[in-house]
Amino acid sequence: MAKLSLGIDCGSTTVKGVLFDGERVVDSCLVATSARPALRMHEVYERLHSPEVGYVVTTGYGRELLPESNKKITEITCHAKGAHFLGGSVGGVIDIGGQDSKAILLDRDGNVSDFLMNDKCAAGTGRFIEMMCRILECSPEDLDKFAPKGPTVEITSMCTVFAESEIISLLAQDVARDDIALGVIRSICRRTATFSSRLPMEGSVFFSGGLARFEVFRSNLEKALGRPVVTHPYGQLCGAIGAAIIGHRFIK
Amino acid sequence: MELIKDLPAIFEEFSEQRKKSFMAAYECKQKGIPFIGGFCTYLPKEIPYAMGGIMVGLCSQTGETIPEAEKDLPRNLCPLIKASYGFAKTDKCPYFYFSDLIVGETTCDGKKKMYEMLGEFKNVHVIELPNRQSENGIALFRSELIRFKEVLEEQFETTITEDQIRHAIHVYNEQRKALKEFYGLQKMDPPPRGGLEIHRVLDGVQFRFDIEEATKQIRETTQRVIDEYDPEKYKGRKRILVTGSPIGVSMRKVVEAIENNGGVVVCYENCGGARSVDELVDEDNPDVYDALARRYINIPCSCMSPNPGRIKLMDRLLDEYKVDGVIEVVLQACHTFNVESYKIKKFVTEERNIPYMFMETDYSDADAGQVNTRIGAFIEML
Repeated sequence: MAKLSLGIDCGSTTVKGVLFDGERVVDSCLVATSARPALRMHEVYERLHSPEVGYVVTTGYGRELLPESNKKITEITCHAKGAHFLGGSVGGVIDIGGQDSKAILLDRDGNVSDFLMNDKCAAGTGRFIEMMCRILECSPEDLDKFAPKGPTVEITSMCTVFAESEIISLLAQDVARDDIALGVIRSICRRTATFSSRLPMEGSVFFSGGLARFEVFRSNLEKALGRPVVTHPYGQLCGAIGAAIIGHRFIK
Repeated sequence: MELIKDLPAIFEEFSEQRKKSFMAAYECKQKGIPFIGGFCTYLPKEIPYAMGGIMVGLCSQTGETIPEAEKDLPRNLCPLIKASYGFAKTDKCPYFYFSDLIVGETTCDGKKKMYEMLGEFKNVHVIELPNRQSENGIALFRSELIRFKEVLEEQFETTITEDQIRHAIHVYNEQRKALKEFYGLQKMDPPPRGGLEIHRVLDGVQFRFDIEEATKQIRETTQRVIDEYDPEKYKGRKRILVTGSPIGVSMRKVVEAIENNGGVVVCYENCGGARSVDELVDEDNPDVYDALARRYINIPCSCMSPNPGRIKLMDRLLDEYKVDGVIEVVLQACHTFNVESYKIKKFVTEERNIPYMFMETDYSDADAGQVNTRIGAFIEML
């Protein structure tokens, strides 16, 4: 008897899969998207699929790529559903993904009532952090270890390419790596706050996407937004969880 | 694509029109018919028609000639202006090529300045369009229309009488009525047709030289659509109104995204649609120039300040077409529509409680994926 739903979120950087039993996430996986999103989606599908799975929903920019998908839903709707599940009564969602960021306004039932996407530019997305880590020769996993060493550093460039030269010139001025990294993180959070300020959010905000794993991002985003920001250990899986939740309603 | 396959023959004829256009324009010119090229719906087509000439819409709908235009114009300018200039420079558009006179109008800043450059290598006359729909504005516009008539008379060595203009007004009013009946079919629930088919007719008619024949064919198409009405075809779809800048070739990308994601375009509040067609010229006004000035200046484009007519028109269209959601599409660097979107959003969401989405695009397909996701998410939200 089918009782599980499978949600797969194919983002620009990672593919996430989630199995959902109607109440809980019972299994999940995450792989790098690489240059072959269709193949990676299939890997995730093979790893999680079983006769118990009664419905498959795909989301993310690769949502059309899996032939076994029963339904394709945009990541906006899925992130909203996932955030409502993980964060409870949040007023909105901020998702910082690999190549875009989104701000979603939720109604009381966790449905989308408005949204904005910054999908024209890599500034303020995961790509920006990857660029920074490459230049500062650190791993994203080090992000939470950075601590202020000197005066606050401002990164002002709005463009990933220009920000790269800005970081390089700061290094040339012998500014501490930690301070540069914190400056970059603050600049991303400020940019995200400005971009989302067009939505009349109330209450707390759920933070999803790959960067939600890092406390330094959550706390800086909270400061920039001026309202409580909550996240969840499953924050990066938010879109896939939303897809699986929606899929569960369709199991016959 | 499936929607296009289902088109009745007469729709096909409108789209083919543009492929055959070079030869058609050529043949027209052999008969000695003057071509007046215009860019904007604010130019009264009645005046060139009155002298036996024809007003043609100048190609500015594809990005093909933008690189050529960017040799002279700034890159961060609206793609419509760049494309217009590029087509003029490259002779790639039959209407530009065959235009004996090009008529500009002082609508937005980018176009005004572009016409000055165009005037260096084309025969250009610019009509001063006031940006306020006041009595002063109407009086100025009326005198500009008389000046336009005189320019035509001088350049084409002819006389244009008021009776000829009165006849032209009638001919174009009939076409407007026919177009309104045609696109008005989308008021039906479910609507009979997809948005691309409606757009194709509205767009195609701008490239017809035989105005009365085109009107007759629009009426036949309307009847055909009624006869072939299949309520199952667009049943259960979310009814979308598209508003914003004239977006040329990008209309396909937007409408396809709407209709591939469970929506259907029921109404266009833009330059090819209700904005320019909705109002008739007053045939009872004894002063034909006053009648034209009043009707044309009333077009609710964002270059007018203030522009209350757009809200008024939108208010009525939202009811008539039972709209579920409004999608505003604005061209990159189209400042007036971009700024005015604030008021439109406020009106649609706060006063009418209807969901609204804004998006900016250009003539390229580079953002097709993002457009699809945004529109998909918007329709899922409805």
